[in-house]
Amino acid sequence: MNFLSDFAWLIRYLQSAIPIVITLFFVLLGQLQMPLQYLSDIITGFAVISIYYWVMFRPELMPIIFVFFLGIIQDSLSGAPLGLNSLVYLFIHALVYNQRRFIVGKSFWLFWGGFAIVLVLAVFCTWCLASIVQGSYLAPEAAVIGLIMTIIIFPAIVWLLGNTQRRFIGSARFY
Amino acid sequence: MAKRSAKVSIAGMVLPVRLWTQRFAFLGLVLLSLTLMLFSRAEISSVSQVRLAIVDLVTPVIFVFSKPVQAMEGLVSNVERLFFLNQENQNLRESNARLIQWVEEARKLNIENATLRAQLEYVPDKRSQFVTARIVADTGGAFFHSLLINAGARQFVRRGQAVVWQGALIGRIAEVGNRTSRVLLMIDINSHIPVMVESTSDRAILAGNNTSRPVLEFLPDNSPISRGDRIVTSGHGGVYPPGLVVGTVAQATDSTVSVKPFVDWSKLNQAVILDYGLDGILPPPERVPTSALQTEVSSDLKTKQ
Repeated sequence: MNFLSDFAWLIRYLQSAIPIVITLFFVLLGQLQMPLQYLSDIITGFAVISIYYWVMFRPELMPIIFVFFLGIIQDSLSGAPLGLNSLVYLFIHALVYNQRRFIVGKSFWLFWGGFAIVLVLAVFCTWCLASIVQGSYLAPEAAVIGLIMTIIIFPAIVWLLGNTQRRFIGSARFY
Repeated sequence: MAKRSAKVSIAGMVLPVRLWTQRFAFLGLVLLSLTLMLFSRAEISSVSQVRLAIVDLVTPVIFVFSKPVQAMEGLVSNVERLFFLNQENQNLRESNARLIQWVEEARKLNIENATLRAQLEYVPDKRSQFVTARIVADTGGAFFHSLLINAGARQFVRRGQAVVWQGALIGRIAEVGNRTSRVLLMIDINSHIPVMVESTSDRAILAGNNTSRPVLEFLPDNSPISRGDRIVTSGHGGVYPPGLVVGTVAQATDSTVSVKPFVDWSKLNQAVILDYGLDGILPPPERVPTSALQTEVSSDLKTKQ
Protein backbone atom coordinates (compact mmCIF):
# COMPACT_ATOMS: atom_id res chain seq x y z
CA MET A 1 0.00 0.00 0.00
CA ASN A 2 2.79 2.39 1.05
CA PHE A 3 4.83 1.36 -1.93
CA LEU A 4 1.97 2.22 -4.29
CA SER A 5 1.23 5.51 -2.56
CA ASP A 6 4.90 6.52 -3.03
CA PHE A 7 4.38 6.23 -6.76
CA ALA A 8 0.88 7.73 -6.83
CA TRP A 9 2.17 10.82 -8.67
CA LEU A 10 3.71 8.61 -11.36
CA ILE A 11 0.51 6.61 -11.76
CA ARG A 12 -1.43 9.89 -12.07
CA TYR A 13 0.93 11.08 -14.80
CA LEU A 14 0.67 7.78 -16.65
CA GLN A 15 -3.11 7.87 -16.40
CA SER A 16 -3.22 11.41 -17.76
CA ALA A 17 -1.01 10.34 -20.69
CA ILE A 18 -3.43 7.58 -21.78
CA PRO A 19 -5.54 9.75 -24.15
CA ILE A 20 -2.44 11.03 -25.97
CA VAL A 21 -0.89 7.55 -26.16
CA ILE A 22 -4.12 6.06 -27.54
CA THR A 23 -4.43 8.80 -30.17
CA LEU A 24 -0.78 8.39 -31.15
CA PHE A 25 -1.37 4.64 -31.40
CA PHE A 26 -4.26 5.26 -33.80
CA VAL A 27 -2.13 7.67 -35.88
CA LEU A 28 0.61 5.01 -36.20
CA LEU A 29 -1.89 2.21 -36.82
CA GLY A 30 -3.33 4.21 -39.71
CA GLN A 31 0.06 4.07 -41.45
CA LEU A 32 0.28 0.27 -41.49
CA GLN A 33 -0.06 -1.63 -44.71
CA MET A 34 -3.49 -3.19 -44.54
CA PRO A 35 -4.72 -6.09 -46.65
CA LEU A 36 -8.04 -4.36 -47.40
CA GLN A 37 -8.53 -1.20 -49.43
CA TYR A 38 -9.68 1.89 -47.48
CA LEU A 39 -8.90 0.16 -44.14
CA SER A 40 -5.99 2.54 -43.56
CA ASP A 41 -8.28 5.53 -44.24
CA ILE A 42 -10.79 4.20 -41.72
CA ILE A 43 -8.11 3.59 -39.08
CA THR A 44 -6.70 7.09 -39.64
CA GLY A 45 -10.23 8.28 -38.76
CA PHE A 46 -9.85 6.56 -35.37
CA ALA A 47 -7.38 9.31 -34.40
CA VAL A 48 -10.07 11.91 -35.14
CA ILE A 49 -12.57 9.89 -33.04
CA SER A 50 -10.04 9.81 -30.19
CA ILE A 51 -9.39 13.57 -30.35
CA TYR A 52 -13.14 14.23 -30.49
CA TYR A 53 -13.82 11.95 -27.53
CA TRP A 54 -11.10 13.22 -25.21
CA VAL A 55 -11.59 16.91 -26.02
CA MET A 56 -15.31 16.40 -25.41
CA PHE A 57 -14.98 14.64 -22.04
CA ARG A 58 -11.48 15.31 -20.71
CA PRO A 59 -10.12 18.37 -22.58
CA GLU A 60 -7.42 18.86 -19.95
CA LEU A 61 -5.93 15.49 -21.01
CA MET A 62 -5.77 16.44 -24.70
CA PRO A 63 -3.84 19.75 -24.72
CA ILE A 64 -3.71 21.71 -27.93
CA ILE A 65 0.09 21.42 -28.21
CA PHE A 66 -0.11 17.60 -28.27
CA VAL A 67 -2.84 17.76 -30.91
CA PHE A 68 -0.47 19.89 -32.99
CA PHE A 69 2.38 17.36 -32.58
CA LEU A 70 0.08 14.43 -33.41
CA GLY A 71 -0.69 16.22 -36.68
CA ILE A 72 3.02 16.79 -37.34
CA ILE A 73 3.74 13.07 -36.82
CA GLN A 74 0.88 12.13 -39.14
CA ASP A 75 2.10 14.58 -41.80
CA SER A 76 5.67 13.30 -41.53
CA LEU A 77 4.59 9.71 -42.00
CA SER A 78 1.94 10.24 -44.64
CA GLY A 79 3.98 12.45 -46.94
CA ALA A 80 1.45 15.26 -46.67
CA PRO A 81 2.86 18.79 -46.44
CA LEU A 82 4.05 19.35 -42.88
CA GLY A 83 1.34 21.28 -41.00
CA LEU A 84 -1.69 20.11 -43.00
CA ASN A 85 -3.05 17.57 -40.51
CA SER A 86 -1.88 19.73 -37.60
CA LEU A 87 -4.09 22.51 -38.89
CA VAL A 88 -7.05 20.14 -39.29
CA TYR A 89 -6.55 18.64 -35.81
CA LEU A 90 -6.27 22.15 -34.30
CA PHE A 91 -9.52 23.05 -36.04
CA ILE A 92 -11.22 19.92 -34.61
CA HIS A 93 -9.87 20.72 -31.14
CA ALA A 94 -11.13 24.32 -31.26
CA LEU A 95 -14.53 23.32 -32.66
CA VAL A 96 -15.17 20.53 -30.15
CA TYR A 97 -13.80 22.52 -27.20
CA ASN A 98 -16.13 25.43 -27.94
CA GLN A 99 -19.23 23.33 -28.63
CA ARG A 100 -18.81 20.59 -26.01
CA ARG A 101 -21.25 22.24 -23.57
CA PHE A 102 -24.07 21.56 -26.06
CA ILE A 103 -23.27 17.83 -26.29
CA VAL A 104 -21.88 16.61 -22.94
CA GLY A 105 -24.66 15.09 -20.86
CA LYS A 106 -27.04 14.84 -23.81
CA SER A 107 -28.01 11.74 -25.79
CA PHE A 108 -25.55 9.47 -27.59
CA TRP A 109 -27.25 10.25 -30.93
CA LEU A 110 -26.36 13.91 -30.52
CA PHE A 111 -22.80 12.90 -29.62
CA TRP A 112 -22.64 10.72 -32.75
CA GLY A 113 -24.24 13.38 -34.97
CA GLY A 114 -21.79 15.96 -33.63
CA PHE A 115 -18.92 13.71 -34.59
CA ALA A 116 -20.35 13.24 -38.09
CA ILE A 117 -20.46 17.03 -38.57
CA VAL A 118 -16.93 17.47 -37.19
CA LEU A 119 -15.56 14.70 -39.41
CA VAL A 120 -17.28 16.02 -42.55
CA LEU A 121 -15.81 19.48 -41.86
CA ALA A 122 -12.39 17.97 -41.12
CA VAL A 123 -12.34 15.90 -44.33
CA PHE A 124 -13.57 18.91 -46.31
CA CYS A 125 -10.78 21.06 -44.83
CA THR A 126 -8.19 18.36 -45.59
CA TRP A 127 -9.45 18.04 -49.16
CA CYS A 128 -9.42 21.84 -49.69
CA LEU A 129 -5.93 22.25 -48.21
CA ALA A 130 -4.55 19.23 -50.09
CA SER A 131 -6.04 20.52 -53.38
CA ILE A 132 -4.61 24.01 -52.80
CA VAL A 133 -1.18 22.65 -51.88
CA GLN A 134 -1.11 20.24 -54.84
CA GLY A 135 -2.44 22.94 -57.15
CA SER A 136 -5.08 20.73 -58.72
CA TYR A 137 -8.47 19.14 -58.07
CA LEU A 138 -8.03 15.94 -56.07
CA ALA A 139 -10.57 13.15 -56.39
CA PRO A 140 -12.47 13.04 -53.07
CA GLU A 141 -14.10 9.60 -53.54
CA ALA A 142 -11.65 7.60 -51.39
CA ALA A 143 -11.89 10.19 -48.61
CA VAL A 144 -15.70 10.08 -48.72
CA ILE A 145 -15.72 6.27 -48.43
CA GLY A 146 -13.29 6.49 -45.49
CA LEU A 147 -15.49 9.18 -43.92
CA ILE A 148 -18.69 7.11 -44.14
CA MET A 149 -16.96 4.00 -42.77
CA THR A 150 -15.45 6.02 -39.88
CA ILE A 151 -18.87 7.43 -38.94
CA ILE A 152 -20.35 3.89 -39.02
CA ILE A 153 -17.57 2.46 -36.86
CA PHE A 154 -17.68 5.41 -34.39
CA PRO A 155 -19.78 3.69 -31.64
CA ALA A 156 -17.36 0.74 -31.43
CA ILE A 157 -14.33 2.99 -30.95
CA VAL A 158 -16.21 5.18 -28.46
CA TRP A 159 -17.15 2.04 -26.51
CA LEU A 160 -13.45 1.13 -26.40
CA LEU A 161 -12.42 4.64 -25.33
CA GLY A 162 -15.23 4.80 -22.76
CA ASN A 163 -14.12 1.52 -21.21
CA THR A 164 -10.51 2.68 -21.16
CA GLN A 165 -11.57 5.88 -19.48
CA ARG A 166 -13.64 4.08 -16.82
CA ARG A 167 -11.01 1.44 -16.14
CA PHE A 168 -7.81 3.48 -16.17
CA ILE A 169 -8.70 7.14 -15.75
CA GLY A 170 -11.51 6.51 -13.34
CA SER A 171 -14.34 8.68 -14.60
CA ALA A 172 -17.93 7.72 -15.18
CA ARG A 173 -19.75 7.90 -18.51
CA PHE A 174 -20.51 11.42 -19.53
CA TYR A 175 -23.32 10.82 -21.96
CA MET B 1 -12.36 39.10 4.77
CA ALA B 2 -9.26 40.82 3.46
CA LYS B 3 -7.68 37.42 2.76
CA ARG B 4 -10.74 36.29 0.81
CA SER B 5 -10.80 39.40 -1.34
CA ALA B 6 -7.09 38.95 -2.05
CA LYS B 7 -7.75 35.36 -3.17
CA VAL B 8 -10.59 36.45 -5.41
CA SER B 9 -8.51 39.17 -6.99
CA ILE B 10 -5.60 36.75 -7.70
CA ALA B 11 -7.99 34.20 -9.22
CA GLY B 12 -9.62 36.97 -11.17
CA MET B 13 -6.23 37.93 -12.59
CA VAL B 14 -5.00 34.41 -13.30
CA LEU B 15 -8.06 33.22 -15.19
CA PRO B 16 -8.03 35.84 -17.98
CA VAL B 17 -4.26 35.38 -18.35
CA ARG B 18 -4.76 31.62 -18.76
CA LEU B 19 -7.55 32.17 -21.30
CA TRP B 20 -5.43 34.61 -23.26
CA THR B 21 -2.48 32.21 -23.20
CA GLN B 22 -4.68 29.43 -24.55
CA ARG B 23 -6.05 31.69 -27.27
CA PHE B 24 -2.59 32.89 -28.28
CA ALA B 25 -1.27 29.31 -28.20
CA PHE B 26 -4.03 28.31 -30.61
CA LEU B 27 -3.38 31.22 -32.96
CA GLY B 28 0.38 30.66 -32.71
CA LEU B 29 0.07 26.96 -33.57
CA VAL B 30 -2.27 27.72 -36.49
CA LEU B 31 0.25 30.23 -37.85
CA LEU B 32 3.07 27.74 -37.29
CA SER B 33 1.12 25.04 -39.19
CA LEU B 34 0.49 27.41 -42.11
CA THR B 35 4.16 28.45 -42.18
CA LEU B 36 5.27 24.80 -42.14
CA MET B 37 2.87 24.03 -45.01
CA LEU B 38 4.32 26.86 -47.09
CA PHE B 39 7.91 25.82 -46.32
CA SER B 40 7.03 22.19 -47.02
CA ARG B 41 5.52 23.11 -50.38
CA ALA B 42 8.60 25.18 -51.22
CA GLU B 43 10.67 22.05 -50.42
CA ILE B 44 12.89 23.88 -47.95
CA SER B 45 15.50 21.37 -46.87
CA SER B 46 15.29 22.00 -43.10
CA VAL B 47 11.55 21.15 -43.13
CA SER B 48 12.29 18.00 -45.09
CA GLN B 49 15.03 17.07 -42.59
CA VAL B 50 12.62 17.50 -39.66
CA ARG B 51 10.12 15.27 -41.42
CA LEU B 52 12.73 12.59 -42.13
CA ALA B 53 14.06 12.73 -38.56
CA ILE B 54 10.52 12.06 -37.29
CA VAL B 55 10.08 9.24 -39.81
CA ASP B 56 13.41 7.66 -38.79
CA LEU B 57 12.37 7.89 -35.15
CA VAL B 58 8.86 6.50 -35.55
CA THR B 59 9.44 3.83 -38.20
CA PRO B 60 10.82 1.17 -35.79
CA VAL B 61 7.61 1.48 -33.76
CA ILE B 62 5.49 1.05 -36.89
CA PHE B 63 7.66 -1.93 -37.85
CA VAL B 64 6.83 -3.58 -34.51
CA PHE B 65 3.11 -2.80 -34.93
CA SER B 66 3.15 -4.25 -38.43
CA LYS B 67 4.30 -7.69 -37.23
CA PRO B 68 0.89 -8.88 -35.90
CA VAL B 69 -0.83 -7.50 -39.02
CA GLN B 70 1.62 -9.38 -41.26
CA ALA B 71 1.21 -12.55 -39.19
CA MET B 72 -2.58 -12.33 -39.51
CA GLU B 73 -2.31 -11.63 -43.23
CA GLY B 74 0.01 -14.63 -43.65
CA LEU B 75 -2.40 -16.86 -41.76
CA VAL B 76 -5.37 -15.82 -43.92
CA SER B 77 -3.29 -16.24 -47.06
CA ASN B 78 -2.18 -19.75 -45.97
CA VAL B 79 -5.76 -20.83 -45.31
CA GLU B 80 -6.82 -19.44 -48.69
CA ARG B 81 -3.96 -21.33 -50.37
CA LEU B 82 -5.04 -24.62 -48.75
CA PHE B 83 -8.40 -24.38 -50.49
CA PHE B 84 -6.81 -23.90 -53.90
CA LEU B 85 -3.88 -26.29 -53.47
CA ASN B 86 -4.88 -28.76 -56.18
CA GLN B 87 -5.61 -26.04 -58.72
CA GLU B 88 -2.30 -24.31 -57.90
CA ASN B 89 -0.38 -27.57 -58.32
CA GLN B 90 -1.94 -28.10 -61.73
CA ASN B 91 -1.12 -24.51 -62.77
CA LEU B 92 2.47 -24.87 -61.57
CA ARG B 93 2.98 -28.11 -63.53
CA GLU B 94 1.70 -26.45 -66.72
CA SER B 95 3.80 -23.38 -66.04
CA ASN B 96 6.88 -25.53 -65.40
CA ALA B 97 6.45 -27.36 -68.70
CA ARG B 98 6.17 -24.02 -70.53
CA LEU B 99 9.23 -22.62 -68.75
CA ILE B 100 11.38 -25.66 -69.63
CA GLN B 101 10.66 -24.92 -73.32
CA TRP B 102 11.53 -21.25 -72.74
CA VAL B 103 14.83 -22.16 -71.04
CA GLU B 104 15.88 -24.02 -74.19
CA GLU B 105 14.77 -21.06 -76.29
CA ALA B 106 16.65 -18.63 -74.03
CA ARG B 107 19.87 -20.67 -74.25
CA LYS B 108 19.74 -20.59 -78.05
CA LEU B 109 19.00 -16.84 -78.06
CA ASN B 110 21.78 -16.19 -75.56
CA ILE B 111 24.34 -17.91 -77.77
CA GLU B 112 23.01 -16.09 -80.83
CA ASN B 113 23.15 -12.76 -78.97
CA ALA B 114 26.70 -13.34 -77.80
CA THR B 115 27.80 -14.19 -81.35
CA LEU B 116 26.11 -11.10 -82.83
CA ARG B 117 27.47 -8.81 -80.12
CA ALA B 118 30.97 -10.12 -80.73
CA GLN B 119 30.56 -9.47 -84.48
CA LEU B 120 29.22 -5.91 -83.92
CA GLU B 121 31.55 -4.99 -81.04
CA TYR B 122 28.40 -4.00 -79.13
CA VAL B 123 28.82 -1.81 -76.00
CA PRO B 124 26.45 -3.26 -73.37
CA ASP B 125 24.19 -1.13 -71.13
CA LYS B 126 25.32 -0.29 -67.63
CA ARG B 127 24.29 -3.02 -65.23
CA SER B 128 22.26 -1.94 -62.27
CA GLN B 129 22.94 -2.23 -58.57
CA PHE B 130 19.93 -2.91 -56.45
CA VAL B 131 18.82 -2.94 -52.83
CA THR B 132 15.84 -4.94 -51.66
CA ALA B 133 13.87 -3.39 -48.81
CA ARG B 134 10.77 -4.18 -46.80
CA ILE B 135 7.77 -1.88 -46.96
CA VAL B 136 7.29 -0.57 -43.45
CA ALA B 137 4.28 1.65 -43.91
CA ASP B 138 1.66 2.21 -46.54
CA THR B 139 1.25 5.89 -45.84
CA GLY B 140 -0.59 8.56 -47.68
CA GLY B 141 -4.31 7.90 -47.54
CA ALA B 142 -6.86 9.47 -49.83
CA PHE B 143 -4.87 12.45 -51.11
CA PHE B 144 -1.23 11.37 -51.00
CA HIS B 145 0.18 8.05 -52.21
CA SER B 146 3.55 6.96 -50.90
CA LEU B 147 5.27 4.10 -49.10
CA LEU B 148 7.96 3.99 -46.44
CA ILE B 149 10.71 1.40 -46.90
CA ASN B 150 13.37 0.33 -44.41
CA ALA B 151 16.39 1.35 -46.50
CA GLY B 152 17.87 4.82 -46.49
CA ALA B 153 21.11 6.73 -46.95
CA ARG B 154 22.94 4.08 -44.90
CA GLN B 155 22.00 1.56 -47.59
CA PHE B 156 23.08 4.06 -50.30
CA VAL B 157 19.55 4.80 -51.42
CA ARG B 158 19.33 8.12 -53.25
CA ARG B 159 16.55 10.46 -54.27
CA GLY B 160 15.18 9.80 -57.75
CA GLN B 161 16.03 6.08 -57.96
CA ALA B 162 13.44 3.84 -59.60
CA VAL B 163 11.59 1.39 -57.34
CA VAL B 164 10.23 -1.87 -58.73
CA TRP B 165 8.79 -5.14 -57.52
CA GLN B 166 8.87 -8.33 -59.57
CA GLY B 167 10.19 -6.31 -62.48
CA ALA B 168 7.28 -3.86 -62.57
CA LEU B 169 7.63 -0.18 -61.71
CA ILE B 170 6.18 1.05 -58.40
CA GLY B 171 7.48 4.63 -58.32
CA ARG B 172 10.59 6.54 -57.36
CA ILE B 173 12.45 7.53 -54.21
CA ALA B 174 11.17 10.94 -53.14
CA GLU B 175 12.85 11.41 -49.75
CA VAL B 176 15.78 9.66 -48.11
CA GLY B 177 16.32 9.42 -44.37
CA ASN B 178 19.12 7.59 -42.60
CA ARG B 179 17.31 4.29 -42.22
CA THR B 180 14.10 4.87 -44.19
CA SER B 181 13.02 6.32 -47.52
CA ARG B 182 9.75 7.47 -48.98
CA VAL B 183 8.65 6.04 -52.32
CA LEU B 184 6.36 8.28 -54.36
CA LEU B 185 3.96 5.87 -56.07
CA MET B 186 3.29 6.17 -59.80
CA ILE B 187 -0.41 6.72 -59.04
CA ASP B 188 0.27 9.87 -56.96
CA ILE B 189 -0.77 13.12 -58.58
CA ASN B 190 2.83 14.39 -58.35
CA SER B 191 4.19 11.46 -60.37
CA HIS B 192 5.04 12.06 -64.05
CA ILE B 193 6.96 9.28 -65.78
CA PRO B 194 8.29 9.32 -69.38
CA VAL B 195 6.94 6.12 -70.96
CA MET B 196 6.35 4.61 -74.36
CA VAL B 197 3.97 2.11 -75.89
CA GLU B 198 6.09 -1.03 -76.28
CA SER B 199 4.62 -2.14 -79.60
CA THR B 200 4.75 1.24 -81.40
CA SER B 201 7.47 3.12 -79.45
CA ASP B 202 5.11 6.12 -79.21
CA ARG B 203 6.24 8.29 -76.36
CA ALA B 204 4.01 9.77 -73.64
CA ILE B 205 3.98 10.87 -70.01
CA LEU B 206 2.29 8.63 -67.46
CA ALA B 207 0.61 11.05 -65.06
CA GLY B 208 -0.67 9.90 -61.67
CA ASN B 209 -4.18 11.05 -60.76
CA ASN B 210 -4.59 9.59 -57.23
CA THR B 211 -6.66 6.71 -58.60
CA SER B 212 -5.56 3.16 -59.38
CA ARG B 213 -5.52 4.02 -63.11
CA PRO B 214 -2.93 6.68 -64.05
CA VAL B 215 -3.36 8.27 -67.47
CA LEU B 216 -1.17 8.81 -70.51
CA GLU B 217 -0.59 12.45 -71.47
CA PHE B 218 1.06 13.93 -74.56
CA LEU B 219 0.50 10.75 -76.55
CA PRO B 220 0.67 11.50 -80.33
CA ASP B 221 -2.83 11.94 -81.82
CA ASN B 222 -2.30 9.32 -84.49
CA SER B 223 -0.97 6.66 -82.11
CA PRO B 224 -2.70 3.32 -82.84
CA ILE B 225 -3.02 2.47 -79.15
CA SER B 226 -5.49 -0.15 -78.00
CA ARG B 227 -6.57 -1.94 -74.84
CA GLY B 228 -3.95 -4.40 -73.56
CA ASP B 229 -0.90 -2.64 -75.06
CA ARG B 230 2.11 -2.80 -72.76
CA ILE B 231 3.55 0.45 -71.42
CA VAL B 232 7.25 0.63 -70.51
CA THR B 233 9.53 3.43 -69.34
CA SER B 234 11.19 5.29 -72.21
CA GLY B 235 14.28 6.38 -70.28
CA HIS B 236 13.90 9.98 -71.41
CA GLY B 237 14.74 12.59 -68.79
CA GLY B 238 17.38 10.32 -67.31
CA VAL B 239 15.53 9.45 -64.10
CA TYR B 240 14.08 6.04 -64.97
CA PRO B 241 16.03 3.47 -66.99
CA PRO B 242 14.40 2.46 -70.31
CA GLY B 243 12.35 -0.72 -70.66
CA LEU B 244 10.93 -1.09 -67.13
CA VAL B 245 7.44 -2.50 -67.42
CA VAL B 246 4.77 -0.17 -66.06
CA GLY B 247 1.39 -1.61 -66.98
CA THR B 248 -1.11 -2.28 -69.74
CA VAL B 249 -3.61 0.04 -71.38
CA ALA B 250 -6.88 -0.42 -69.48
CA GLN B 251 -9.04 1.97 -71.47
CA ALA B 252 -8.34 3.95 -74.62
CA THR B 253 -10.84 6.58 -75.68
CA ASP B 254 -10.39 9.71 -77.81
CA SER B 255 -9.87 11.85 -74.73
CA THR B 256 -8.26 9.54 -72.17
CA VAL B 257 -5.90 6.60 -72.13
CA SER B 258 -5.74 4.99 -68.69
CA VAL B 259 -3.17 2.42 -67.64
CA LYS B 260 -3.55 -0.53 -65.29
CA PRO B 261 -0.25 -0.91 -63.39
CA PHE B 262 1.32 -4.39 -63.32
CA VAL B 263 1.93 -4.08 -59.58
CA ASP B 264 -0.64 -5.65 -57.29
CA TRP B 265 -0.73 -2.95 -54.59
CA SER B 266 -2.55 -5.17 -52.08
CA LYS B 267 0.20 -7.82 -52.12
CA LEU B 268 3.13 -5.44 -52.10
CA ASN B 269 5.35 -6.00 -49.06
CA GLN B 270 8.84 -5.60 -50.51
CA ALA B 271 10.46 -3.32 -53.05
CA VAL B 272 13.66 -3.24 -55.07
CA ILE B 273 15.47 0.08 -55.45
CA LEU B 274 17.41 0.20 -58.70
CA ASP B 275 20.55 2.23 -59.21
CA TYR B 276 21.47 2.57 -62.88
CA GLY B 277 23.75 5.48 -62.11
CA LEU B 278 21.20 7.86 -63.68
CA ASP B 279 21.09 11.36 -62.27
CA GLY B 280 18.48 12.91 -64.54
CA ILE B 281 17.27 16.27 -63.32
CA LEU B 282 18.56 15.56 -59.83
CA PRO B 283 21.86 16.94 -58.53
CA PRO B 284 24.82 14.58 -59.04
CA PRO B 285 25.20 12.22 -56.10
CA GLU B 286 28.35 10.93 -54.46
CA ARG B 287 29.24 7.77 -56.32
CA VAL B 288 28.92 4.63 -54.29
CA PRO B 289 31.80 2.16 -54.31
CA THR B 290 30.45 -1.30 -55.00
CA SER B 291 32.63 -2.94 -52.36
CA ALA B 292 31.26 -0.60 -49.69
CA LEU B 293 27.76 -1.33 -50.88
CA GLN B 294 28.24 -5.05 -50.52
CA THR B 295 29.74 -4.86 -47.03
CA GLU B 296 27.37 -2.34 -45.50
CA VAL B 297 23.97 -3.67 -46.48
CA SER B 298 22.43 -5.79 -43.75
CA SER B 299 21.48 -9.41 -44.20
CA ASP B 300 17.85 -8.78 -45.16
CA LEU B 301 18.85 -6.15 -47.69
CA LYS B 302 20.49 -7.89 -50.60
CA THR B 303 22.89 -6.20 -52.94
CA LYS B 304 24.00 -7.42 -56.30
CA GLN B 305 26.00 -5.97 -59.10
